[in-house]
Amino acid sequence: MSAPHLLASGGGEEFEAPGLHIFDWGPLFPDGPSWLDWLTKPVLIVALSALVTVLFAWRAFRSPKLVPKGIQNIGEVGYLFVRDQIARPMIGKDGDKWMGFLFATFFFVLFMNLSGVIPVLQLPAPSHIAFAIVLAITVYVIMLFLSVKHQGLVGYFKNMMFPPGLPKPLYLILAPIELLSNIILRPFTHAVRLFANMFAGHLLLAFFSTVAWWFLVEKLTVLGAGVGVVGFLMTIVMTAFEIFVQSLQAFIFTLLAASYIGGALHPDH
Amino acid sequence: MINLLATTLAAEEDSNPLLPDNAELVVGSIAFFIVLFLVGKLFVPKIKQTLEERSNEIEGGLERAAEAQKEAKATLEQYQAKLAEARHEASRMREEAREQGSQIIAEMKEQAQAEARRIIDAAHAQIEADRQQAVSSLRGEIGALSVDLASRVVGESLDDSARQSRVVDRFLEELEGRARSQEQITS
Repeated sequence: MSAPHLLASGGGEEFEAPGLHIFDWGPLFPDGPSWLDWLTKPVLIVALSALVTVLFAWRAFRSPKLVPKGIQNIGEVGYLFVRDQIARPMIGKDGDKWMGFLFATFFFVLFMNLSGVIPVLQLPAPSHIAFAIVLAITVYVIMLFLSVKHQGLVGYFKNMMFPPGLPKPLYLILAPIELLSNIILRPFTHAVRLFANMFAGHLLLAFFSTVAWWFLVEKLTVLGAGVGVVGFLMTIVMTAFEIFVQSLQAFIFTLLAASYIGGALHPDH
Repeated sequence: MINLLATTLAAEEDSNPLLPDNAELVVGSIAFFIVLFLVGKLFVPKIKQTLEERSNEIEGGLERAAEAQKEAKATLEQYQAKLAEARHEASRMREEAREQGSQIIAEMKEQAQAEARRIIDAAHAQIEADRQQAVSSLRGEIGALSVDLASRVVGESLDDSARQSRVVDRFLEELEGRARSQEQITS
């Protein structure tokens, strides 16, 4: 569905801001066979993002040279960024062991997010919560597994709920809060943070571009033209802002994943 | 119009954005695990290894360079020490040669002087011997001549040899004494 089409679905003479329906994408081939119903635009975007991530890593790292050339340089910058900004500060010395996971996660999320500003795609995949959930649950499972493996089941809960060096009555409050935040809220906030940012960003972009389209093309009036121009300019500004937010969220998502892994490996830090 | 609105509302009710879509969960998982496997397991370890190799290479290179520099420094020091030693040696040898030279000269001088003295002495001795010889032969000749002369003058033969020789000796001594006094005067 294109922007004019979406507006037409509003159908009236009044301007109607884009709502939740802009996230509804039916099958890519509505008239195709029913077994292809799962193939929607967000699914396609995720597949493309995965493909781009793999292609990028393959082109950059398939046969790395001691003296880097071309795309290997870009890959190395990415690798060093993830290593020095995420893996090492969050996990520590053994952070390099997790570089494979963190690098793949960071660039997969980044490309999924950036598809929100790439023409034609123009939908950040994590604005569908399913994708954010998949990522967050994977991290969550890794975290639980590592925690139990490195601290033991009892040790894990003890470290989590009863950190040493606090006055005893405080544990009455602290223990349930820690349990709640670590076991229940953590995967939820991890997923929702990414999802909500992409969701809101997409909604904002859609709103400003709809304003511009409606007031400059559909219902061009002298008074309305000013609003349309503002909407048009804001679309440009918000696109830049979204690129920033999308990159930042990919970074934050990976940073949190690394911090959870680091906490599981070194509970005393 | 009403129909359209109704479908929109229905669609909105159907799609709560906080409820994940099953197909998306499945596709998302598959895509994520493919990415994790290919990128995380296959490609990232390669660049990790390369980066390690590179840092090793650079560290090794730096170490090698430092080592080479150290070696060069040591060699230079060695050469300088050798050079200083050689200079010292040369000056020492010059000094020695000079000393030796002067010594040789002194020796030669001494030798020459000794030789000269020896030659002079020999010459003196020769002269003395010649003189003695001359004197003794003269003495004999003069004696004979004198006796001859005296016998001619006196006309008598001095048979008594003892007397004869006494007379001659006396005469000669007188003669000698005269000659010595003459010599003393001339010298």
